[in-house]
Amino acid sequence: MELDNIEKLLEKYFEASTTVAEEEALKVYFSQEKVAPHLEQYAPLFQYFSNAKEERFTRQVPLKPRKNYYKWISVAAVAVLAFGIYFGPDRYRDYQEQKEAEFAYQETRKALNLLAENFGRGTEKMAYLNQFEETKQKIYNNN
Amino acid sequence: MRQSEFLNVVMPFKDKLYRLAKRLLVSTEEAEDATQEILLKLWSKNEKIGSYNNVEAFAMTMTKNFCLDRLKSRQAGNLKLVHSNYGDTDTPLQKQVEAKDSALWVQKIMEELPEQQKMVLQLRDVEEYDYDEIAEMLDMKPSTVRVALSRARKTVREKLMQKHSYGIG
Repeated sequence: MELDNIEKLLEKYFEASTTVAEEEALKVYFSQEKVAPHLEQYAPLFQYFSNAKEERFTRQVPLKPRKNYYKWISVAAVAVLAFGIYFGPDRYRDYQEQKEAEFAYQETRKALNLLAENFGRGTEKMAYLNQFEETKQKIYNNN
Repeated sequence: MRQSEFLNVVMPFKDKLYRLAKRLLVSTEEAEDATQEILLKLWSKNEKIGSYNNVEAFAMTMTKNFCLDRLKSRQAGNLKLVHSNYGDTDTPLQKQVEAKDSALWVQKIMEELPEQQKMVLQLRDVEEYDYDEIAEMLDMKPSTVRVALSRARKTVREKLMQKHSYGIG
């Protein structure tokens, strides 16, 4: 490209009235080895722009397939809650009844034990009556 | 939208997002984090992506907003200034060092520009978008974009001239 043209483009460039294609031409001109000495000062600018475009984003971004775990967790929670509300009171009542029955059983047991103990004591006393009977028989037999 | 379709949509411009983020945030890690964040945000909205008429412009706007927020937030105080490495060219070492040096100048000069001019310069001179696209991405009028671009280019030229005439500064 002629030098004259490049100078005009540069002028337009700094007024921001160049097109993308014209700027491309400038970049191409300044990327070559031979640049007119009085324009050399602009070379780093255009070279820098060309270089800057080479930079790449290399990091891997972990894109997990999104799953609506939360939706299902809430559904499960509601199910558990409903289950609990529906069956909970029954179970609790059963449990209370069982506890009462246990208590009644223990009380009855205690009472019966007491009775048995007292009966036992009564039977002991009856042993003496046996002795009396034996002695009585002896006396009858002697006579 | 499935993962493969999503990747097909996003792949062509993910580097552009990254470069814009890096232009604004300077640090490589910050820019990578920002890009990842933007991609994940897009992915989380993947059902709606079909309804955006220009996903690329939308993603660019998201990146711009995200980075400006980052800069505003307190965390920005922890930003590290890390300079990127440039690709090797085939020029001899002396020339190469010089070129690298002047490329670094350009980068440093760009870092000193106001955010808006930085973005306009990045989107136009590096990414080669046209004015209407830039206007859409940055939520500006095309004429404002032009003015900002001209200002940015002239500032860069002026500072580059200073460096050039003073030698390595």
